[in-house]
Amino acid sequence: MQISGRAWKFGDDIDTDLIIPGHYLSVHDPAELGKHCMEGADPAFASKVQEGDVIVAGRNFGCGSSREHAPLALKSCGVEAVIACSFARIFFRNAINIGLLVYECEDAYLNTNPGDVITIDPELGIIRDVTTGAEFKAATYPPLVAGIIQAGGLVPYVRAKLGN
Amino acid sequence: MAMTITEKILAAHAGKEEVRPGEIVQVRPDLLMTNDVSGPIAVDVFRSMGADHVFDRDRIFIVLDHFTPNKDMKAAKASSEMREFAKEHNITHFYDAGFGIEHVILPESGLIRPGDLVIGADSHTVTYGGLGAFSTGVGSTDLAGAMALGEIWLKVPETIRFEFVGKPGRWIGGKDLILLAIGKVGVSGALYCAMEFGGEAVRSLGVDDRLTMCNMAIEAGAKSGIVEPDSTTIEWLRAAAGVAGAGSLPLLRSDEGCNYKAVITLDVTDMEPQVAAPHLPSNVKSVSELKDVDIHQVVIGSCTNGRISDLRTAAAILKGRRVNKWVRTIVIPGSQQVYKQALAEGLIDVFVEAGAVVSCSTCGPCFGGHMGALDAGERCVSTTNRNFVGRMGHETSEVYLSGPQVAAASAIAGHIAHPEEV
Ligand code: SF4
Repeated sequence: MQISGRAWKFGDDIDTDLIIPGHYLSVHDPAELGKHCMEGADPAFASKVQEGDVIVAGRNFGCGSSREHAPLALKSCGVEAVIACSFARIFFRNAINIGLLVYECEDAYLNTNPGDVITIDPELGIIRDVTTGAEFKAATYPPLVAGIIQAGGLVPYVRAKLGN
Repeated sequence: MAMTITEKILAAHAGKEEVRPGEIVQVRPDLLMTNDVSGPIAVDVFRSMGADHVFDRDRIFIVLDHFTPNKDMKAAKASSEMREFAKEHNITHFYDAGFGIEHVILPESGLIRPGDLVIGADSHTVTYGGLGAFSTGVGSTDLAGAMALGEIWLKVPETIRFEFVGKPGRWIGGKDLILLAIGKVGVSGALYCAMEFGGEAVRSLGVDDRLTMCNMAIEAGAKSGIVEPDSTTIEWLRAAAGVAGAGSLPLLRSDEGCNYKAVITLDVTDMEPQVAAPHLPSNVKSVSELKDVDIHQVVIGSCTNGRISDLRTAAAILKGRRVNKWVRTIVIPGSQQVYKQALAEGLIDVFVEAGAVVSCSTCGPCFGGHMGALDAGERCVSTTNRNFVGRMGHETSEVYLSGPQVAAASAIAGHIAHPEEV
């Protein structure tokens, strides 16, 4: 499966309150959360983003709370993958667990522009900026984490472990 | 091989002699925790994993604290889902409204011992490092997997040692020390690392202040925070948490010659109380640099500073005084146990007579959930742990993070104030 979509660029330290503010946390319906996605950083984001788009951000993406509502909101409003220089660790785990693709790649952050068309080969971690022709390689996952991704997230992974 | 206390705890729970930073290990946690925000998702996920029972009903804490007592019908539904799950699985440690904030209750329960490993579906699970335990936050799906399997994978973090030297002055507490550290390294300065807090200044602090310090390790991006346990820890476990055999608990320490990623020395001599200005916990200044900032609200409470010693500090300043007419002052004891103790010591009287609102134990305003939301452009001095854009209400409102001493003084002054000023 190849990912292809437009790049939405954000800076460093995009926190979970920007991704989905705390007062929405009494809800966990992904569709409802998606409507408010990135509201704190760009109030119109949810209405502009299209299925398959990619977020490209700086350091420490997803810092702050452990709320899984954050990756759920991103996935539900159409974001296919997040590429960042680095991730806050809980966000990173949550994203892997729910099947939102996350790639650590500083080169991609430094050398792409908002709106560029980005493709990702998820198996190899190869990121291409189709608009400029540039190509980048994301950091690889540890084997156990790759196993969870391959299983399609933690739910199928645990199901298999439980023998279901 | 010389190991840090964090490596020792992870090795013990992975059934290994030793572990190294970067290694991925499967560990069996002593306790798991979830709440009314992460819990409903965890419960859904647990079911979709096809799990029919939890790994151990005595080792799971479910605490309803974020939107409780139920703020509205949506919150009521989330709480009901958790109650049903707790009944269905006969969860021993289920705490509904009327108990308090998870990270205040768990240490008080006496069930977290030095050397334990705790996983919670809340980022401030890092708090329990104040007792010499390894504890870290995960999301709902991870928690669901751990409830089903009784195990979880973790990457062994590198450790950064923070050595606090010098004698802290009269107005300095754990909050000031941790803000100093976060100001120094930044919000991603300890990303993926364990922060180990030590030195004479930390050893002189009580457990409440150590819990405050570890609570905010996540604000530097850390995976965990920890203070090596000592006689202060043991005494606190005995007196405050009712652990009868506390004296015989083993006290792990980092070995001589262990491998730290960095050692950062911070001198607390003559330091002023610290305040994190909007909109990052790393935007730290000395209180006197901010003294002209007018404020509209003060919040004293939360899992960071809602413990009895925090309320004592605030009450000592508010005693016999009135809060400023234009500053709503909200005091939230972190747990029912803290509330009871504060009543017994007459602290609640002090707050009420000073014109503060005293609320039941809840997270409430800390994350903009309910009670004390801020209007556009309003400013709040808060003893909580995050001051991100919109954290406590409108996206143009501002939160200044401080210890209880600065919060109480500011409530009286109507602007950010050093306690000496009032
Ligand atoms: S008091 Fe605030 S930081 Fe602590 S658990 Fe509650 S919402 Fe989270």
